[in-house]
Amino acid sequence: MSANLDAMRQPLGQSPAARHVRPLDILWLVAVLGAGFGVLAAFNQHMDGYEVGILIGTTLSLAAFGWFWRSMQGLTLAVAVMSGIALWRYGAHFGDQLSVGLEALNAVQAKDFFLKFLVSSQSAIMWMSALYVGATFTYFLALFSRAEYIGRIASALVWAATAFGLTGLMARWRESYLIHVDYGHIPVSNLYEVFILFAVITALIYLFYEGRFRTRNLGGFVMLVISAAVGFLLWYTFDRGANHIQPLVPALNSYWMKIHVPANFVGYGAFALAAMVGVAYLIKHKLGGDGEHDRLPKLAVLDDLMYKAIALGFGFFTVATILGAMWAAEAWGGYWSWDPKETWALIVWLNYAAWLHLRLTKGWRGAPMAWWAVIGLFVTTFAFLGVNMFLSGLHSYGTL
Amino acid sequence: MTQIPTHSPGRQLMAFLGSMNLAIILLVAVALASIIGTVLQQNQPYGDYLMKFGPFWFEVFRTLGLYDVYSAPWFLAILGFLVISTSACVIRNAPGMLREMRDHRLHAQEKSLRGIPGHAEWQVPVSVEAAAIEGRRTLLESGFNVRETRVAEGYLIAGRKGALQRLGYIFTHVAIVIILVGGVLDSRIWLAFREMTGDLVVETRPVPVSQVPPESHVPASNPSFRGNVNIPEGQQSSVLFLNVRDGYVVQELPFTIEVQDFRIEHYINGQPKSYESDLVIHDPASPNQPLKQTISVNHPLIYKGHAIYQASFGDGGSKLALRAWQLLGQSGAAQDIQGAIFQDIPFSLGGQRYTVELNDFRLFNINPVEGEGGKVEQKNFGPSMVFRMRDAAGQAREYENYMSPVVMDGRPVFISGMREQVGAPMRYLYLPADRDNRLDTFMAYYARLHDPERVARAVQAMLEEINPEAAKLPAASESIRAMVGRFVEGGYDAIGTDLEKRVPAEQLQQAFETSVRVLQTVLGRMYVELLAERGIEAPAEQDERFLADAVTAINALALYGSPIYLQMTGFEHIQASGLQITKSPGKAVVYFGSVLLTLGVFMLFYLHPRRAWVLVRENESGARVLFATTSHRKTIDMQQAAAQLRERLELRLSGAGGQPLAADHA
Repeated sequence: MSANLDAMRQPLGQSPAARHVRPLDILWLVAVLGAGFGVLAAFNQHMDGYEVGILIGTTLSLAAFGWFWRSMQGLTLAVAVMSGIALWRYGAHFGDQLSVGLEALNAVQAKDFFLKFLVSSQSAIMWMSALYVGATFTYFLALFSRAEYIGRIASALVWAATAFGLTGLMARWRESYLIHVDYGHIPVSNLYEVFILFAVITALIYLFYEGRFRTRNLGGFVMLVISAAVGFLLWYTFDRGANHIQPLVPALNSYWMKIHVPANFVGYGAFALAAMVGVAYLIKHKLGGDGEHDRLPKLAVLDDLMYKAIALGFGFFTVATILGAMWAAEAWGGYWSWDPKETWALIVWLNYAAWLHLRLTKGWRGAPMAWWAVIGLFVTTFAFLGVNMFLSGLHSYGTL
Repeated sequence: MTQIPTHSPGRQLMAFLGSMNLAIILLVAVALASIIGTVLQQNQPYGDYLMKFGPFWFEVFRTLGLYDVYSAPWFLAILGFLVISTSACVIRNAPGMLREMRDHRLHAQEKSLRGIPGHAEWQVPVSVEAAAIEGRRTLLESGFNVRETRVAEGYLIAGRKGALQRLGYIFTHVAIVIILVGGVLDSRIWLAFREMTGDLVVETRPVPVSQVPPESHVPASNPSFRGNVNIPEGQQSSVLFLNVRDGYVVQELPFTIEVQDFRIEHYINGQPKSYESDLVIHDPASPNQPLKQTISVNHPLIYKGHAIYQASFGDGGSKLALRAWQLLGQSGAAQDIQGAIFQDIPFSLGGQRYTVELNDFRLFNINPVEGEGGKVEQKNFGPSMVFRMRDAAGQAREYENYMSPVVMDGRPVFISGMREQVGAPMRYLYLPADRDNRLDTFMAYYARLHDPERVARAVQAMLEEINPEAAKLPAASESIRAMVGRFVEGGYDAIGTDLEKRVPAEQLQQAFETSVRVLQTVLGRMYVELLAERGIEAPAEQDERFLADAVTAINALALYGSPIYLQMTGFEHIQASGLQITKSPGKAVVYFGSVLLTLGVFMLFYLHPRRAWVLVRENESGARVLFATTSHRKTIDMQQAAAQLRERLELRLSGAGGQPLAADHA
């Protein structure tokens, strides 16, 4: 009973750092730290200083993340179990062979039950795709029918899709080494892989705010962007065969990739979320604003969420751009070359900097800011995709 | 914020420069101006721009500095304004913010506390000291930094929290200034200055370094630069080249870089895995201790403030063994010559003068090939060379010839790509390789078809065999010989053109087919003769396909446009490593600014500055407690946090028997 009361006293948007600690939380810390440092102890001799640093950083971040956001604990467990099954099945077929080649890998994926239907990267990503699209429809169904339990199903679908997406990435990581040990790399190196990352990160940011703001009625809007990414991913897979694992070009072969790319996609994901909340805001605004029996949250709440998402995105995008500059200094010979990708990153940054100035300093709110957040997503999308498609430069790692 | 008096012009200027409107206009202006440089490719040769835009717009864009937007004076001026505006903003706001950060507002008056929305009041039946302790504990528990003071008949407890957020504002804005200043340190400002004073003249001629005049050299003392140099294996350089507009200048280095070896490592599918150079740095400061170091992409060498990067690679003058097969005149004759990449080889043929310009050599040519079952595979076509064949009039065609025969559709062929214009797609000639994988049989056959005597004999023999009557007519034999001659010189097209002149249109198709049949019979006969001479009596399937391929190739040779076929027979691969060398004293400054920016951004967004006061005053039935809290960010979160704090205090006070007196539920 007391825990319940605690939860009720927990106001929205307030950091729950001082909340009641459950035994599971302690178990979580022990498990994550144990796993992280276990991996470090086991593979220490194969890692350089940067990689050790990244592993420690990742372990601590994940531990903190799950501590402050309990839902992460279940997700991590699901991803760990499913990835574990993938590792186990590959281990069962290949033993400790270092490289088995693409054909042997494909053959095993075609005949092993678990790999064929669940946890090979390709199957997991197909599951992810289907579940995200399903969640989109389910969220809208929940919105129109006002049925709480349908909304819960939609959330469950997003959680499941995210677990499959992350498992797909983990399995792909392993598969890249299995094809050839030289090919091995973290799967954030091309457009196909980062689209999965984008879908997963956007979904996670959404789920976080879904919990914080206690509303599932924005889910459909946010899932639209994710579904669009899934649509692209499927086209890219079936039309272009982009799912085939390729070795890294020399410029990408760096520890920087492990931090620069994910940081960027937290930015992109948050900006995408802000834009879709902006769309919801504009629709509600058009329909007459706040009323008695609203499905969508109050306009002021939408506005607040939009700000929070843009602030989060801006923080991570700043970090990502700085990391990109530092990487450029090592790979291209200068931290800033006015390369089209760098320049468009700057344009995105300036755009949101202007947005934040107007909101924080001038106190602008409402429809203009929502419009701006929506337009901001187009600017961001151009920086992400358009630069690769239409402009030539050094950063042509994700051409169509 | 207090209004700054706007009497003096200095203050007015400061207010304008530090204003939010100006700042936002500048942010948007930089963003829009930056787009230009991503749409228009920067720092290309001026000739390309001239071709693209025409003389008028070329000049307009050049004047606007659009070919190097990010160094254009107007662009730098906007950036300069951004620095000034940001600085003015910090100078205006920082002192007040720093004061406010440290201030607990212990002088708050009861009246002003009552003016704060959401304030609340309780009557508690305890002493002021006990009530003050409750108030103090509540604020401490909620993470406030607390001070208290005695006031008339009681105490004022004042707390503040998240004050560092103000520092976040200062950090972010100072960081922008620092980053831009660091950027200026690394810019071409030093070069521009030298150019302005006339100490530096940009060289536009493509001449060897030794011929570049001293006024186009930049001394090693130049504090910042970024340039490139290609160094062939086994050679060294103590200069690099900085591209400036449509020319370049030579940057001196305080040391010499020797490239011992350049390597490309490959993945099993042939894709490049790494590019590496073994360097030796010879420094006059330590002549006896040359520094040996291998660099690769992502792993530069930092030496005395110079960063040396693996940027590119190219040919370093590979030595080639060539066989020139004559296609014109005495065709089939071959001559062996030696050449090297970047070398020109002049020769004369048929009274015409030509020059072969050897441009490039490639050891690997990985191309996608459709294999069995339609699967696309990466296949290595082996070494190739690129050269231009220039005639006396200066017209040139570009060729790319592969050294070894490549198996295409199951047959080995020598591939030669040709294009008449730079940038046009290559068109390919496939010369069939013989049983020994050599070009000799094809060339011998080609020579045979150029030999009028042999052709005449073959035509005569054929006529006698199939039409002894016609064989007696010299005209019949003559016309067939002429047709063979036309084919050898001009392909099927030449036969067609000839027929068009002589045959009515409605019979053209039939006449052409008949001619081709006759032609193929002659060509087949001459091929069988050749095989017989080479000791092959019973042609196998592969020999028949060879004939078909040879005829196709001869037809294509009419368009080949070169008097010789240049076959590569051997090579010694010498590569050049493309190094980029930078000296950037501003890098540390920029990185410091970046760290400050990151810290600042997160402090700004995730710290929420709040103040809270608990004023306790003694009255007849114990103590009266007045509570108020503010935040300059009027967000939903802050409202909820305020309500929560008030509840906590109420919980504590009601434990001590407190009763709410009044509350403002704003």
